[in-house]
Amino acid sequence: MLMRLISGDSPRSRLLTALLLVIFFGLLFAPFLFPGVRALETAARICVFILLAASYDLLLGYTGVVSFAHAMFFGMGAYGVGLASQHMGRGFGSLIFGSLAGAALAAAFALVIALFSLRVRAIFFAMITLAVASAMAVLVSQLSQITGGEDGFTFQIPRALGPANRMGEFGGINITGKILNYYVVFFVSLALFLSLLRIVNSPFGRVLQAIRENDFRAEAIGYRVVRYRIIATCISAAVAALAGSLFALWLRYVGPDTTLSFAIMLDILLMVVIGGMGTIWGAAIGATLMVLAQTYLQNLMGSAAEATAAIPLLSRLLDPDRWLLWLGVLFILSVYFFPAGIVGRLRTGR
Amino acid sequence: MTDAPDHRPTMADVPIADRIARAMPLLLVPILLVVGFVAIGNPSSWLTLTVSGLAMGMMIFIMASGLTLVFGLMDVISFGHGAFISVGAFVGISVVLGLAEWAQAPSLLLNLGVVLLAVLAAMAVTGLLGWAFERVIVKPVYGAHLKQILVTVGGLIVIEQLIHVIWGPDEIFFARPEMLKGAFTFWGAALEKFRLLAVVIGLVLFVAMRLVFRRTRIGLIVRAGVENGEMVEALGYRLRLVFVGVFIAGSALAGLGGVMWGLYQEVITAGMGEEMMILVFIVVIIGGLGSVEGAFIGALMVGLLQNYIAFLEPKLALISNIGLMTAILMWRPQGMMPVVKAK
Repeated sequence: MLMRLISGDSPRSRLLTALLLVIFFGLLFAPFLFPGVRALETAARICVFILLAASYDLLLGYTGVVSFAHAMFFGMGAYGVGLASQHMGRGFGSLIFGSLAGAALAAAFALVIALFSLRVRAIFFAMITLAVASAMAVLVSQLSQITGGEDGFTFQIPRALGPANRMGEFGGINITGKILNYYVVFFVSLALFLSLLRIVNSPFGRVLQAIRENDFRAEAIGYRVVRYRIIATCISAAVAALAGSLFALWLRYVGPDTTLSFAIMLDILLMVVIGGMGTIWGAAIGATLMVLAQTYLQNLMGSAAEATAAIPLLSRLLDPDRWLLWLGVLFILSVYFFPAGIVGRLRTGR
Repeated sequence: MTDAPDHRPTMADVPIADRIARAMPLLLVPILLVVGFVAIGNPSSWLTLTVSGLAMGMMIFIMASGLTLVFGLMDVISFGHGAFISVGAFVGISVVLGLAEWAQAPSLLLNLGVVLLAVLAAMAVTGLLGWAFERVIVKPVYGAHLKQILVTVGGLIVIEQLIHVIWGPDEIFFARPEMLKGAFTFWGAALEKFRLLAVVIGLVLFVAMRLVFRRTRIGLIVRAGVENGEMVEALGYRLRLVFVGVFIAGSALAGLGGVMWGLYQEVITAGMGEEMMILVFIVVIIGGLGSVEGAFIGALMVGLLQNYIAFLEPKLALISNIGLMTAILMWRPQGMMPVVKAK
């Protein structure tokens, strides 16, 4: 049963299994294990980003295609939910409609971009997605009547999911709509994560891996490489949009900084590479680590910068704002030395 | 001994349509100029817009030429190129700020001297940085596109953050050297002096590059290497050395472009290179990967179109470049002048 659920793709390492179980149960019982607004916020973020990183891994790790538009697809889902809730009124109907519309739009965009670029050279795809994503980010910030511009906008979600909805007490914790909302995010993410796992372990996923390893041979065996790559792109875009919808639902806010920015794109890249490309589990590990580090490690850097304030250059290097610098270094090193990421490391170092 | 078989060479006339189709990329810029003239309808605004479009195009070309050559020669796609643009701008502008007395003196000679020094300093630093970048970041990942993209993006992040560490987190505003401020008036059209300078520098650079490529031995090797690297190596040339040289030159050009762009905008940020990279990529793609001429035409088209559209229909300007790229790729999926690469 369990093996069926994870599509027979076991983590294949005891330590990795333990880590994943910790993440799973940690997230499952997050509202009770870690009470407090900030912890719940972090847990929801982790859920969403695990899904987002996993959908990116389908593209980067399994198909071997680099896309810089993943944050754009993420944003499409988020804006879909936001705009639908704003214009159709609060309610589950507009949430579902917004998510589906966002996902459909993302898939359509992915299809067009893929048709233009993957047909010629896979490397075009990286450049064209970068250009399109940046144009989209500018467009969203300019069309401020519709999108709220740089500030984004807040919207209302169904009352049942809001903090005002009190449903009694359990284990000393007030069960509010906020917690219900968390579980919506958690279970939808989980379901989509498991379906991604299903996809990559299906015959279709095997073909993608064959293409990643050697596209020429895959074509020679008789698989239409371009078609497979395009389908993978569309699936990954649609799932990214759904992750964006969940994120918007959780934050009750959409804006360029939380969904569309290049910084989010870099975060996704780092999660997948550090966690381990070519395995969906890697996305889970990478996303959890990154979000935790972002939330808690930056404080540590701040205190380190204060401690070294006397030394001029070092304190600047340790400034919490320079956090990307260290991630960049880590990123380069992991591409060179641990191309299979943490998961690959754990699997071989058994 | 039998006679050689009767052989009659056929000199088929190339139909006029084919000839036009072949020369089409070269005609695009003039066509764009004429269409722009008709659409704008006002000669003096047209002239102003054309000069600023050409200036912008030339600066983009300066940044794009190195990238396209690096790709053509070694099949390396460097996302780190944007970092060199930013570094060039910061180094160059530091020189301009450091020599404030020269820059503020109302003497054209001193002002140009400052710009020249800034350019030289920027090119030296970015050239050196390019050399280091090639050694440390790019060298271990030859032949693996996926890793190249990832690693060079990593390099881009690190260099950008180091700029923050060295020059501080804020953008730097400054004024252009005294004599390069303001504009000439010519037939009722205001032509900014700096833009004219940019056009001149871009043209000189393009002509010089063409001369190097067409008339010198090293240019011959580079062109041959782009076309078929293995064959050039088989003939005994160490293409790797040539490639390192091209990488350094390309980085230095990115630095030059960065200084020019910084002087043009009168503000520099660490993220400016990253923003420019988007235009640079569009130019490289529509020009055809590996083609300097294609990049030149592409850059001019991007610059002109952006300026014309910003005047005619400001809302469309945001997506004009994407539109241009889409149109060109529909017409020629490989870009305008793809360099044939023996695979």
